[in-house]
Amino acid sequence: MTDLQKRGDRSPVPTDWTYAPAPESTDIVRLQERYGLYVGGEWLETKDQFTTIAPRDESPLAEVGQASEADVQNAVAAAREAFKSWSKLPATERAKYLFRIARILAERSREFAVLESLNGGKPIKESRDVDLPLAAAHFFYYAGWADKLEYAYPNRSPKPLGVAGQIIPWNFPLLMLAWKIAPALACGNTVVLKPAETTPLTALLFADVCRQAEVPPGVVNIVTGDGSTGAHLVRSEGIGKVAFTGSTEVGKAIQRELAGRDISLTLELGGKAANIVFEDCALDQAVEGIVNGIYFNQGHVCCAGSRLLVQESIHDQLVRKLKRRMSTLRVGDPLDKNTDVGAINSKAQLDRITELVQAGTDEGAELYQPPCRLPEKGWWFAPTVFTNVAQSHRIAQEEIFGPVLSVLTFRTPDEAVEKANNTMYGLSAGIWTEKGSRILWMADRLRAGVVWGNTFNRFDPASPFGGYKESGFGREGGRHGLEAYLRFE
Amino acid sequence: MAQAPVLPRGFELPLKQRLPRVGAIDQVAVEERAADLAKRSIKKEAKVWALELAIRCCDLTTLEGQDTPGKVAALCSKAIRPDPLDANVPSVAAICVYPNLIPAAKERLAGSGVKVASVATAFPSGQSPLGVKLRDVEDAVAMGADEIDMVIDRGAFLSGRYAKVFDEIVKVKEACGDAHLKVILEVSELGTYDNVRRASLLAMAADADFIKTSTGKLPGAATLPAQLVMLEAIRDVYEETGRKVGMKSAGGIRAAKNAIQYLVQVHETLGPDWLTPDLYRIGASSLVNDILMQLRKEKTGAYQSKDYFTND
Repeated sequence: MTDLQKRGDRSPVPTDWTYAPAPESTDIVRLQERYGLYVGGEWLETKDQFTTIAPRDESPLAEVGQASEADVQNAVAAAREAFKSWSKLPATERAKYLFRIARILAERSREFAVLESLNGGKPIKESRDVDLPLAAAHFFYYAGWADKLEYAYPNRSPKPLGVAGQIIPWNFPLLMLAWKIAPALACGNTVVLKPAETTPLTALLFADVCRQAEVPPGVVNIVTGDGSTGAHLVRSEGIGKVAFTGSTEVGKAIQRELAGRDISLTLELGGKAANIVFEDCALDQAVEGIVNGIYFNQGHVCCAGSRLLVQESIHDQLVRKLKRRMSTLRVGDPLDKNTDVGAINSKAQLDRITELVQAGTDEGAELYQPPCRLPEKGWWFAPTVFTNVAQSHRIAQEEIFGPVLSVLTFRTPDEAVEKANNTMYGLSAGIWTEKGSRILWMADRLRAGVVWGNTFNRFDPASPFGGYKESGFGREGGRHGLEAYLRFE
Repeated sequence: MAQAPVLPRGFELPLKQRLPRVGAIDQVAVEERAADLAKRSIKKEAKVWALELAIRCCDLTTLEGQDTPGKVAALCSKAIRPDPLDANVPSVAAICVYPNLIPAAKERLAGSGVKVASVATAFPSGQSPLGVKLRDVEDAVAMGADEIDMVIDRGAFLSGRYAKVFDEIVKVKEACGDAHLKVILEVSELGTYDNVRRASLLAMAADADFIKTSTGKLPGAATLPAQLVMLEAIRDVYEETGRKVGMKSAGGIRAAKNAIQYLVQVHETLGPDWLTPDLYRIGASSLVNDILMQLRKEKTGAYQSKDYFTND
């Protein structure tokens, strides 16, 4: 019995289960100290540079080129030159390059995922399980369309537009690059792409993928820089198309700039999506969907479900469940495999979130944040939910682009539709109900480009994405996404 | 705000008034959430802690026609001291056997703190008259079982006779006396997650101490989504009534890695309060040795062959 007694003496077993850190190794990423611009298949030095940093600890990662007007002109010229042969290439040949890019992205996905989390601040599990698989899937998908354009648009002689100037945001840097570049190349265009100022690194690494895939020089050009670089790109002569994803404010400026010029434009802008929860829904799964809808990628998602519309009869129960679930969200190092909510992308964005949350409190909404210890360095914002929100509050109207949810209530399906549509945006919406017929009834009436039923933030290359009203125009993804890069004779 | 109970046919009166609404389960979403939680990366001291917890929560099980007192006695020794070479490895929670083997188990486990659980109520099908089932339970309790693992009448449940299922559980609970009652839903026979949730609530309303996924006699038993649905039902009952009902997953959990996934789910769904053998059990026969292998690896840095761990 001695052994048994020894066991009895064992120190009491702790009841607290703290997960040990599970950091993804960054060894796979080899960063250069300094990056130029990728133009005409070569790296060009710029006069000025800026430092790109890691939002998780504000540490510098690399020096990146600030493209001037002349640099942008060079890139556009290289793309024009490449267009001559690229657009004449048999479509099956173009497809081959796209398939190659897709395969290389899949092969190097860990490297890209780590770099994406490092430079952007998003949790590694998201870049690993969402961004990278989807980016590769986009190239695979549009590779398949390249030689079938005549079938997509029978008797309309689809032709490429020329050089596409593409400006992408910092929330899904590589995925947005894939959304832009894949259909453009499949349709026979060449591109000059400007990644966001804060997240240029995966785009620069993508240049290496183009080299590896032996994409002809000038077909893909990457120019880094701040807003002025984007402005030069939009103003430059020689482009046939502008595709922009970003804020509504900049989108409007681009549209003004292009007025009177024969340049095709697509804009994918802000959103303030309603996530509508009916009393008959599968409640615990709806809570998961709400959490995924707003805390995915720290809420840096244009189609985030930032307005929760709950049927009044289940409001208290749902909010209780939501708060409990929020308390299990793990906020911290984006490179930790167990992190659910990572770092805010930039100081400027953190300031904007902080300001709007303050406005919410000032206007009388009730704030809740689960207790969580935020790291000292870097930029962080605890998952936040506001209850008691009125439709007229700023937090119910303006896009926060952060982990902040506003809860409103409704009584009837009609009221839900009316409240959901009563916004200047119209990018996405979610409906949670056990009634299939109600999902269809609602989807008919919601003025939003994407309507999810009993899910949220699901993307597929075959499914078109885009907005109503101030959320922009044009569609990306699916067969619809081709149209943005074609003209018809 | 109190929610009026929404109850299915046959479900109306006997249930406690504050039972939460039955509600629905979305299959796609619940499977997605379960898959998501299964990706948690548990390392180092957190892993050792989880592995030891898995042993402490284990119901070491043998439910074979060929079980003998000798075999059960051997298993009991294993239950008390799973790793002969390492006295720091804790004992398992209980031994789970057929009623005839209770005396043999009782004798060997005396003074060890390891409980004896017995299956009863015409296990595994439950397709016998109520009188037989109750007698089964009474005999098991009389022979010294600390815990009774009963099966629900799936035939009655699937034909919508919920009240029959409910009444049977109530009567079995009475027959248990002081013994703890675990109610086996046999989720792989229920067909839908909606049914899993409904059966969970029904068993809890009938005063089950634990709800349990499976008999272990069928494939596709204790899946992660099925456990998640049951844990969420337990959580709803706790939030509505303050009552803590236990959870037992049994059937098909063989690897230490899987055991950790089940524990993570409990941790993130019900919280740390449930991470105790009083409220969470894993029914398994071959799991313990895989855990021992992992623990030895964490301590020595090297995997050892199966021959370094006793089979029973």
